[in-house]
Amino acid sequence: MAAAAFYDLDGTLVRTNLVHAYAYNARNQQGLLRSLTRTLSTMVSIPLFAAADFYSRRAFNDLFFRRYTGESEDRLRYLHEELFENVIRKSIFPGAYDLIDKSKRLGLRQVLVTGALDLTVIPLARHLGIDDWVTNRLEFVDSKATGRLVPPIIAEATKASWIRTYAEKEGLSLSECYSYSDSMSDLPMLSVVGHPTVVNPDFRLRNTALAHDWPILDLR
Amino acid sequence: MREREPKLVRGPTPRHKEDDQVVYIDSNSAPRMIFSGEDLLLEDLPIGTRVIYSKPPLEGLANPGAAIRYALNHPLGADPLYAQLAPGMRVTIAVDDISLPLPPMTTPDIRQTIIEILLELLDANGVDDVHIVIANSLHRRLQPFEMKRMVGSKIYGAFYPDRYYNHDAEDPDGIVPLGKTDHNEPVNINRRAVESDLLIYVNINLVPMDGGHKSVTVGLCDYESLRPHHEPQTIRDSDSYMDPAKSMLNRKVERMGAIVQQHMNVFHIETALNNRMFAGATAFLSKNEDEFTEFDRLKFEAMRFGLSKMPAAAKRKLFHAIPAQYQLVSCHAGQTDLVHAKIVEKNFEQYMVGIRGQADILICGVPFISPYNVNSILNPLLVQVMGLGYFHNFYRGKPILRKGGVLILCHPCYDEFDHEQHPSYIEFFNRLLPETRDAMVLRHKYEEEFAKNPSYISMYRRGHAYHGAHPFFMWYWGENGRQHVGKVIVAGAENAHVPAMLGWDRADSLTEAIAMGRSFTGPSAEITLMHHPPIVMADVE
Repeated sequence: MAAAAFYDLDGTLVRTNLVHAYAYNARNQQGLLRSLTRTLSTMVSIPLFAAADFYSRRAFNDLFFRRYTGESEDRLRYLHEELFENVIRKSIFPGAYDLIDKSKRLGLRQVLVTGALDLTVIPLARHLGIDDWVTNRLEFVDSKATGRLVPPIIAEATKASWIRTYAEKEGLSLSECYSYSDSMSDLPMLSVVGHPTVVNPDFRLRNTALAHDWPILDLR
Repeated sequence: MREREPKLVRGPTPRHKEDDQVVYIDSNSAPRMIFSGEDLLLEDLPIGTRVIYSKPPLEGLANPGAAIRYALNHPLGADPLYAQLAPGMRVTIAVDDISLPLPPMTTPDIRQTIIEILLELLDANGVDDVHIVIANSLHRRLQPFEMKRMVGSKIYGAFYPDRYYNHDAEDPDGIVPLGKTDHNEPVNINRRAVESDLLIYVNINLVPMDGGHKSVTVGLCDYESLRPHHEPQTIRDSDSYMDPAKSMLNRKVERMGAIVQQHMNVFHIETALNNRMFAGATAFLSKNEDEFTEFDRLKFEAMRFGLSKMPAAAKRKLFHAIPAQYQLVSCHAGQTDLVHAKIVEKNFEQYMVGIRGQADILICGVPFISPYNVNSILNPLLVQVMGLGYFHNFYRGKPILRKGGVLILCHPCYDEFDHEQHPSYIEFFNRLLPETRDAMVLRHKYEEEFAKNPSYISMYRRGHAYHGAHPFFMWYWGENGRQHVGKVIVAGAENAHVPAMLGWDRADSLTEAIAMGRSFTGPSAEITLMHHPPIVMADVE
């Protein structure tokens, strides 16, 4: 039966995360003053983002994506193409290429399951030769971001339920599937497949992986 | 009143002593010291039990450097090394990995001594394109501190990491197919070694299974090249794999070695060490307990007491920190087969003890170390490979244990695995063994899945993990033992589930295990204790 490898993105395959992407956006605002204020505001908010993320990934998403309110869709698309070339490509972990290559040789479908924005993910997915992906998407009204995400918001348990639905639709055997993540919030996504693997874990996730006898990778 | 005659205790009739290293337990014998993981047991064995000790260490060469130089200048079946060198040549030095010798020897490691001499010679002949590759095959990559210890800080500083590194069996660009044998066995070898003008292999032959063509064809190969001989039928057909003349494993490796010889210029340096595993304060560990002095007894009791108070991890750390005091007893260089024959002869001279007759019950203490857990835990699969693999195969002629006999292993059998070194072992043990212990089924159904698991490959290449397929090889390694032994009992196993998972019985103590063994083989069973370590092998008449 067919199977797939499901990857989280930020911290798993690339060093960057959502905040890096937004910071790039903030730094490249039209006008020096606007760039400066947005950048400073982002920097000041980092502890708040960290606290929200520690509490819940959903709380973090609610708080974080509000920052995009009023941004134009065209400009975001343009900036994210640039973001990939200037920042993300260099941030791909060296071991990520080999992991994906070996996984492809095994005949596994390559799927990204990430809370990052589609704008960021698409160029990266093409670069890595990923077959399929599910991401978060900003809601746009009249080509302006509302600061909300289009549901379902991809985070925590939603990732696991998306994987289950995807596997059913595509005829994949979950017990033969692999999933990779660096984050404790992805425990459901790791638990739903037969071959969970933690990547570059923090202390909490490392301990969880040890308790479950899951492999621990370091792709850095 | 008539005095009652004393009742005679019937036991096995003591046989003629067959070798100086063979001792029969009588009513005056001291209790025997037996390794059980990181602990030492002191056991009274039944009268008549045969105890086989290792031979005293052969005398080490007074000047190893001179012996190595002599070997390089007077090689067997090849031109002297200096005559093979020319400026601008590309040379690769391949060395055995940390699985040899066991435990790691005191510094300078013999590899360091040899490589220092080689580098001087290469330098003097204008050869500066030199790489040192650790022939770790599908074993784990060595840690930098282990690599440094192996060759010394000077060579490490000059060569690491660009010119001193581990072989990578999963590097898609790093392996070259050399061809296939007439039995369709693929021979795929490390690219740097293949593309060198000269490959110098530096070996340590700890046991007769090591060295020879196995050095290159196994040490520098990939998974596909390992599969033809690391499989259950080959092990079943090896009687034993410590006896090259009767080893199917050796035969296959020689076939593959012939392909290597057709394509590569290999200059083989092989060494034999003595068995001086313990010396100084720990020398008593290899002594016959009947010959213990009061001071030996005191040291033993102090050590046992100390160990009993330490947590397992601390004991492990302590034992792994004690290096072996091995000495070089022989060094030869040149053409692989000729060199290997000489060295294996020396191995047999050191290890072989002649014994008469097989045992019905064989007792082996399983120590803290195996070739696959240096600086790590002897997990259940490795206990299995020590018992049914190595200890069972330490014979020439006939197995020490008769067919269908009872093997008693002394080990706590803790359910512990090293997540960094043995991740695939954990899945093998917990997922596969409950389904089947049949090596053939395991190979056909699951080996490839583990071997190609991208996570395990990544951990092998980027971390310090054994290859995903390695636990299978460990299981196959015990295959001829598994087919031969009637029952395995683990004495002192701290839990029931690990022995059960391995298909073994457990007993609280050695006394209980012997009683269980006797109920299986009969009350007059011939009992033999192999007094490992140091390594001892038997020539069984």
